[in-house]
Amino acid sequence: MELKEFFIYLFILSGSTYLIRAVPFAALRKRIENRFVKSFLYYIPYAVLTAMTIPAIFYATDYRVSAAAGLFVSIALAMKGKSLTVVAVAACVAVFLTESVLALLVV
Amino acid sequence: MNSYMRGLRYGIPIGLGYLSVSFTFGIMAVSYGLSWWQAVLISMTTVTSAGQFAGIGVMLHPGQYIEMLISQLTINIRYSFMSISLSQKVDSKFKGIYRWLLGFMMTDEIFAVASSEQNVTRAFFAGLSTLPYLGWTFGTLIGALLGNILPHRLMSALSLAIYGMFVAIVVPEMQRRKSVIFAVVMALALSCMFYYMPFLKQISSGLSISICAILAAVFAAVLFPIKEEET
Repeated sequence: MELKEFFIYLFILSGSTYLIRAVPFAALRKRIENRFVKSFLYYIPYAVLTAMTIPAIFYATDYRVSAAAGLFVSIALAMKGKSLTVVAVAACVAVFLTESVLALLVV
Repeated sequence: MNSYMRGLRYGIPIGLGYLSVSFTFGIMAVSYGLSWWQAVLISMTTVTSAGQFAGIGVMLHPGQYIEMLISQLTINIRYSFMSISLSQKVDSKFKGIYRWLLGFMMTDEIFAVASSEQNVTRAFFAGLSTLPYLGWTFGTLIGALLGNILPHRLMSALSLAIYGMFVAIVVPEMQRRKSVIFAVVMALALSCMFYYMPFLKQISSGLSISICAILAAVFAAVLFPIKEEET
């Protein structure tokens, strides 16, 4: 790939991604009053996060079991009201420990 | 503690998660024939996961500019909904040039954390964006330069950080309000359908996430509208 072509691609890639994010953000100055739209906007983050997590989480690690362990630990700690950082780190530790045990068993 | 510092702290798990994802991106970009500085430049100017992975795939072929544009639009359309949603939660000083500048960092994860705030200030959003941006940039650099030197098991474990964070955002809200459970279960069921069912699974993951989330949120909003004083 020539350098010129790379920069055209880069311009399209970063430009379109930026505009999709920034234009609606900057354009919407008023508070939305419509009850349906407000409710929709309230639910959308939780729906997006769920759709991004499941089933993708099970394919993020080397083993399904370790991902499941991470998910289980996350849910348990989140239900106890632990902070984002604590839950995230605990999920990583759960995966690491599970995969270490699995590696011992397999070898 | 001021808003910027609080945002910075909230950004730690996102930054960690980004490190592992962008590390993979760096490795892949170099294996696709890009040089390390090109991989880093893409990450620094774009800051998105699925879009960048698809983008370097298109770059393998010469002159497919329209294809690049269409792939980015379909993968990234979800950001528009996030931007609209968050525009309703920012405080009165967060306007004009600040929205144009900080809108650049509207990623899935930053949006998720910001939207769990009652009132999003410029300083908080800027703080929240800092570590993820650094993580995304340096992860790409390390991946592109060092490739497979870091222990694989560590990267595998780090990849759960982002999902752990998502769970920590969604679960407490499910406990607070029953209708969120409905939205979550519906999004989950649709997402699995789009992942496994023939035909549906051919739709890009970015677009199918948008479709699942919009359907679930529409149904939840129709069946369980939120009362004015609750939002």
